[in-house]
Amino acid sequence: MKKLKHIAMGVVAALSITTAVAADNAVPDTIDFTIPFGVGGGTDVWARFIAPNLSNFIEGNPTVVIKNQPGGGSITGTNLFFSRAESDGSDIIGTSASTLFPYMLGDKRVRFNLDNWAPILASPTGGVVYVQPDLGISDSGDIAKLMNQELKFASQGPTQLELPILIALDLIGADVKPVFGMKSRGAGRLAFERGEATIDFQTSSAYMNSVQGLVDNGKAIPMFSVGVMNKEGNIVRDPAFPDIPTFEEAYESVHGKQPSGMQYDVYRKFLAAGFAFQKVIFVPADVPSEVLAEYNQAVRKMVADPKFKQEAAEQVGPYENAVGVDIAMYLGEAVKISPEMYSWIKDWLKSEFNYSL
Amino acid sequence: MSVLFSALDQVMSVMHLSYLMLGVVIGLIVGIIPGLGGIAGMSLLLPFIYGMDASVGLGMLMGLVAVVPTGDTFTSVLMGIPGSSSSQATVMDGFPLAKKGQAARALSAAFLSSMIGGVVGAIILSIFILVARPVVLAFSSAELFMLTLLGLSVVASLSGGSVYKGLAACGMGLLIGTIGGAPATGDFRFTFDIDYLYDGIPLIVVGLGIFALPEIISLLIKNKSIASKGNQLGHGLGQGLKDVMKNLPLVGRSSVFGSLVGAIPGLGGSVVDWMTYSFAMGASKDKSQFGKGEIKGVIAPESANNACSCGSMIPTILFGVPGSGSAAVFLGGMLLLGIQPGVSMVSTHLDLTYTIIWSLALANILGAALCIFLTRPISMLTYIKFSILAPVILTLILFAAYQATRSFGDFMALGVIALIGVFMKSANWPRPAFLIGFVLSAGAENYFFQSIQFYEYSWFTRPGVLIIGALILCGLFLPPLFRKAMRKRQTQEEIEAAETVVNNFSLDIWIAGLFLMVAVVFGYQVWGEQTLTSAFPLIAVALLGGSSLMVIINHLRHRKLIETAEIRQGLVYIAGFFVMAILYFELGFLTTTFFFTLLFIYFFARAGIVKSTSVAVGLLVFLLVMGRLMSVDYPEGLLDGYVLAVANMI
Repeated sequence: MKKLKHIAMGVVAALSITTAVAADNAVPDTIDFTIPFGVGGGTDVWARFIAPNLSNFIEGNPTVVIKNQPGGGSITGTNLFFSRAESDGSDIIGTSASTLFPYMLGDKRVRFNLDNWAPILASPTGGVVYVQPDLGISDSGDIAKLMNQELKFASQGPTQLELPILIALDLIGADVKPVFGMKSRGAGRLAFERGEATIDFQTSSAYMNSVQGLVDNGKAIPMFSVGVMNKEGNIVRDPAFPDIPTFEEAYESVHGKQPSGMQYDVYRKFLAAGFAFQKVIFVPADVPSEVLAEYNQAVRKMVADPKFKQEAAEQVGPYENAVGVDIAMYLGEAVKISPEMYSWIKDWLKSEFNYSL
Repeated sequence: MSVLFSALDQVMSVMHLSYLMLGVVIGLIVGIIPGLGGIAGMSLLLPFIYGMDASVGLGMLMGLVAVVPTGDTFTSVLMGIPGSSSSQATVMDGFPLAKKGQAARALSAAFLSSMIGGVVGAIILSIFILVARPVVLAFSSAELFMLTLLGLSVVASLSGGSVYKGLAACGMGLLIGTIGGAPATGDFRFTFDIDYLYDGIPLIVVGLGIFALPEIISLLIKNKSIASKGNQLGHGLGQGLKDVMKNLPLVGRSSVFGSLVGAIPGLGGSVVDWMTYSFAMGASKDKSQFGKGEIKGVIAPESANNACSCGSMIPTILFGVPGSGSAAVFLGGMLLLGIQPGVSMVSTHLDLTYTIIWSLALANILGAALCIFLTRPISMLTYIKFSILAPVILTLILFAAYQATRSFGDFMALGVIALIGVFMKSANWPRPAFLIGFVLSAGAENYFFQSIQFYEYSWFTRPGVLIIGALILCGLFLPPLFRKAMRKRQTQEEIEAAETVVNNFSLDIWIAGLFLMVAVVFGYQVWGEQTLTSAFPLIAVALLGGSSLMVIINHLRHRKLIETAEIRQGLVYIAGFFVMAILYFELGFLTTTFFFTLLFIYFFARAGIVKSTSVAVGLLVFLLVMGRLMSVDYPEGLLDGYVLAVANMI
């Protein structure tokens, strides 16, 4: 027994020496890519698409192993990553909007701190709001006619991905009655197809794959997209949906002016976190600077690769993946909620949905 | 039609067949190991999927998904461990059959039913998928709510002698099912500030706790082999196949029902086995053997669960909304292969759709045939003295539970549910009623509020709602009437035999009291929350509290009949379980497995040093291989780092 432990100790010591030698400046041979969601979900599929590509562009082509750790709408897995991730670059994590929102809303289960991590890649997405054709409108120009009708929206919950959409619809003056408890956005779309929900929202890839057909057959009418942010920080039409007006345009056609004010600021905040930074890969910030640099260089090469670009466009839409040191700054900005904003969103959630933060 | 056969042609190619076979073999392995199921198998295959030819990749995935409900029958029948949530009803009669020494019969019957169920499911799928879209869309939240009620009404027939015990157990299941986020508002209920409870307790943990652990404990107390009667292994195999042939109408009905329920997204496969189980029970003239080793109780759920996994492909393929857990994983695989599910699957990708269906049918046949082949050697396990098997089974159960969320909470929740399970088993309370309540809790609440919010109160008059409502009423009132008519023809003796229900009165009052206390605590907790959050838990509390009170009142009325039950030993073992769970977690899973197995078999089972060491080493190697191949994690604790270091060296 004692002997066994001796051998084991020796081996551990030997291993730690070899890893210490190897860890001076290279990315380790095996990378554990934590995905705080289940197998087969949106984030998992995205990660499995990214993983082999990422491996191709890192020096020495390390093996990227996907570790699914679902629970708590991704909070559980992200907390675990925060407490356990090695600082030699062998642990990275992929997050989604449902990881960032609880962080911004101060969910008490959140024990991770995004300041300790460096984002290396952010995949954005867009999204479209669409309605049933029997509401007396024929295209998105008629959006003002929606304002005096009750619209039922099948949603996952008040603080889920739909949060910015709920804020936007309230801002524009629509009388939206959300029905919560949908298991996924897909379940919400099913409720729309059954005719139970009269208004619905899908992110770009789901819209292209599942809703475009409905639109073509006259079973759905697109109202507005959330648009994308250009280099100057303005919202412009989504390149995936150039014919669909943005929320800002829709607002203007109803109210005759651009949206502004606190509610709009909060909307933009959650829009940025939920959509511009929909999927993010983080590396713990305390990895050796050479390792971080290697990661950054690898993703830069990856997103410039024509084959990757084409495949990514098919998977998630024609969006530019954000890379480099800049995203750290933008992301830090996007998830920062001022006390005024926090108290506004808290009051709004309470008065709209009787939900207490 | 030509598409149908060109797809068959493709499926029969060597390339396709060999990948399909690979999928089947992996599916069987992960199916046999409790707690893993389709999801673990997928994580094994997904790295290879990316970049594969679509039809070959689909065949491989399909092979895997199709046979998981076949493979999980082994542990359900042989050890009483529901291998996955779709084989929980199989435990009810499969395990008693194994105890009677008829494991091979139960298994071969199960596998043949699975095979037929899977093929029937595939046939239904191939026709139905062309016209299914409007049918699936016809099931709105209101109809889904009624279907959950239909599921709950099954409790009546599973309650055995006492209706109130059944209702109380069901209420307890419903209430435990409400732990976590309220679907209609997002508020959290009954979390007691424990992170683990925010997501609710995982189904696999509840299934293991309520069935598997109490069974192990009672077997340990007896300390014999699982099979207590003579050796009839040789005859069993053929007998099982004959049993299925005798019950072909039952197999057909269960398969059709299973594939239809699977086709409706949102209900989940975990209830279909219980529903068909109770239908089988309702349709039988002699119900006395159900729960004690009635072969029909194995045949019905096993036909249904394979058919159900075929049916669940309909919403997955047509709408991109998975009909079950493994279908969700299959959906992910499709996306990785670059195939977008949706209407286009029938309009432009019909060939691929038929490839899926053919692969499904073929995988079911291959999987069941392989299992039947394995039945005889694996059934031998039931003749081993139980105290040697016990540490292996305990490790498997902990392993399975830990895969649910990979936290210490899984062990604790398992222990608490097992405590309820031991109580209920000792006093003959219907444990399936508890499980059905738990499974349907979330659906019932969610669809009820959704249908009210979408349709207000007009949903009562929807035709689908009325039809399902009529079905429920038939199910509740026809069997008792039927039974009454039958009883007139019975002899006096049979009536007497039927009426001596064995009850355990002094324990009943303890359980009812405990349940009443739970009802009060939970009711107090949720009282004062907004209506949408509190209404459903309060209904469960009322059901639980009211029925428990009735049990107590009945008990006080029949005070003379009091018998005492032996429960103390069971409680000691539960306490032992908690100690072990802490050791497994704190010292390290691998280390504890090794030493516990070694010491337990050496001292408790009084086996020789060679035997105990080889079992312990074998188990350790198994866990290490699993960890390596399937990227399964174990609690590392204090000592596992060393074990892993040594393992890595080798």
